[in-house]
Amino acid sequence: MKPKIPAQSGTFESSDVIVLIEPLPNRSGRKIEISSTVMQQYGESFRHIVDGMLDQYEMTDIHLIAKDKGALEPTIKARLETAIKRSLGQQEGTLT
Amino acid sequence: MLNSLGREIPEYIEGIGKLEPFQGALTKLSKGWMDEPTIPAPNKAYLPHQSKLCRTLEEAIIRSNPHNGMTVSFHHHLRNGDILLVQTLTILHNMGIREITLASSSLNECHDPILPYLVDGTVTRIFSSGIRSELGQAISKGVLDTPVVIHSHGGRVRCIHTGKIQIDLAVIPASAADCEGNATGSHGKSAFGSIGYAVIDARYAKQVIVVTDNLVNFPCIPLSISQNFIDHVVLVDSIGDASKIATGTTRITNSPMDLRIAKLAADVIEHSGFFVPGFAFQVGAGGASLAVAKFIREKMKTKGLKGSFMLGGITSYCVDMLNEGLFETIFDVQSFDAVVSNSLLNNRHHIEIPAALYANPFNCGCITNKIDVVVLGALEIDVDFNVNVITGSEGKIRGASGGHSDTASGAKLTVVVCPSFRGRIPIIKKRVHTIVTPGETVHVLVTERGTCVNPAFPELEANLRKAGLNIKDIHDLEIEVDKITGIPAPLEYTDKIVGVVEYRDGTIIDVIHQLKEK
Repeated sequence: MKPKIPAQSGTFESSDVIVLIEPLPNRSGRKIEISSTVMQQYGESFRHIVDGMLDQYEMTDIHLIAKDKGALEPTIKARLETAIKRSLGQQEGTLT
Repeated sequence: MLNSLGREIPEYIEGIGKLEPFQGALTKLSKGWMDEPTIPAPNKAYLPHQSKLCRTLEEAIIRSNPHNGMTVSFHHHLRNGDILLVQTLTILHNMGIREITLASSSLNECHDPILPYLVDGTVTRIFSSGIRSELGQAISKGVLDTPVVIHSHGGRVRCIHTGKIQIDLAVIPASAADCEGNATGSHGKSAFGSIGYAVIDARYAKQVIVVTDNLVNFPCIPLSISQNFIDHVVLVDSIGDASKIATGTTRITNSPMDLRIAKLAADVIEHSGFFVPGFAFQVGAGGASLAVAKFIREKMKTKGLKGSFMLGGITSYCVDMLNEGLFETIFDVQSFDAVVSNSLLNNRHHIEIPAALYANPFNCGCITNKIDVVVLGALEIDVDFNVNVITGSEGKIRGASGGHSDTASGAKLTVVVCPSFRGRIPIIKKRVHTIVTPGETVHVLVTERGTCVNPAFPELEANLRKAGLNIKDIHDLEIEVDKITGIPAPLEYTDKIVGVVEYRDGTIIDVIHQLKEK
């Protein structure tokens, strides 16, 4: 699936992550940017979670930015799911 | 060679010398005497009515025989408001002095501007109880060839007595001083309270400069630092940023997490068997640690229980408890806010003490030995109760040994308070990155998820269980937290040693390796 609209979820608070999604032109693939206060310790696992979620929703032509301040795995997954669903228009967001 | 905690310690390090491995918290002291001799403090000559006043810091430094390879010392009572350390090193740098050993009682963020002097060889060795910010990062990455030496507050005094640190020049900022160098931090626009860490520097340095922004009529009272040790006196516009030195009162944290941990810790103290009339108490100034004082204060009032003394870094909260009659005395080696200075100046039960009396292990009894209950923080703690307060989760130097190991070794009950994880990083580890305080001196760990008692103290555990507290095995808690956070990828280091951590008795409890650049 392709994102229809730009979408956002999460916050800049400690122990949270903010996820931003925007649609890209056809056949652009996935462009993913992750920054995290715990990149050194959990960078790989974070990337793995993002890939897994995008695969689950079969997302493509997507630009995803995640800025993490030490969110736990369930938080990361919830924020990603919300941002994806908002970008697909399946869920109303606060920034649409 | 391995020390008794299983840490690999080299036998010799160029620029530091032979290292003695840590063998137990009281092993060296239990002999009853120390083999290390005391080096003599310098004799000095001074004529009647000769003037010590210099017009500028630079003039005072020029008169202090600056030379390559010299050791320069400072105190950190101005905390993050200090400007004189950077000014002094800049003057020495501009004079072309090289290979300086910097021996500050601690280093803060405000000292980051000296980083270029580490790069260019102006400063080549550092002794300190703490290093943070950019300096800590650069040192962790190996900017110095000689490892820094991290000592405790008590250990620093021992280092100076035994000649491990031989100070050529001590620069002592004071918020009030007279023309002879009698000086104090307890009044003046830049008041910072106790000047306890600098007393040993004044006694032992070959040259001592007192710098003040408040030159008062002779004599400056109280004689926290006395003139018979002072070579030069400088009046400057400002000794530091007053807003960062000491402001108002210290507030108790609002953080629900810290408050919960503090409340649990207070319950532990109440039921430990050490919460008895005449008990001696020390808390840190940080989040959960200080908040424990709030709950202990309430419990003391409810029970009508009165303690003996409070010790350490003193906050306005301690002063309130003194004024309410909950404690009889405060021993103050370091003051954290402006209210404390007033109390130190005006209340004779609020006593300024030098670091030697506070915590030096090599004497007939420092006051840390008299503590009943101390509450301390931690960056990490492991399943053997060893505590790290010097390196962060990313392996970089970013903390301070301070009085952590001194007070832990002296107290009958050492309570470590910390969240079980911070920003996804588990705080309870199988093995801490760097040991500062050995587990044998830590009795209890209190986290928001439960309390763990060191198995070496079964009677304490029995007391706490009887009171119905939530006691967990530390191994179980460690696994529980790992399940929540996930297991962090291990850090990678090189063989190069960038820091040596002294235990308070001078033995080496751990070393810090250079981080591998990614």
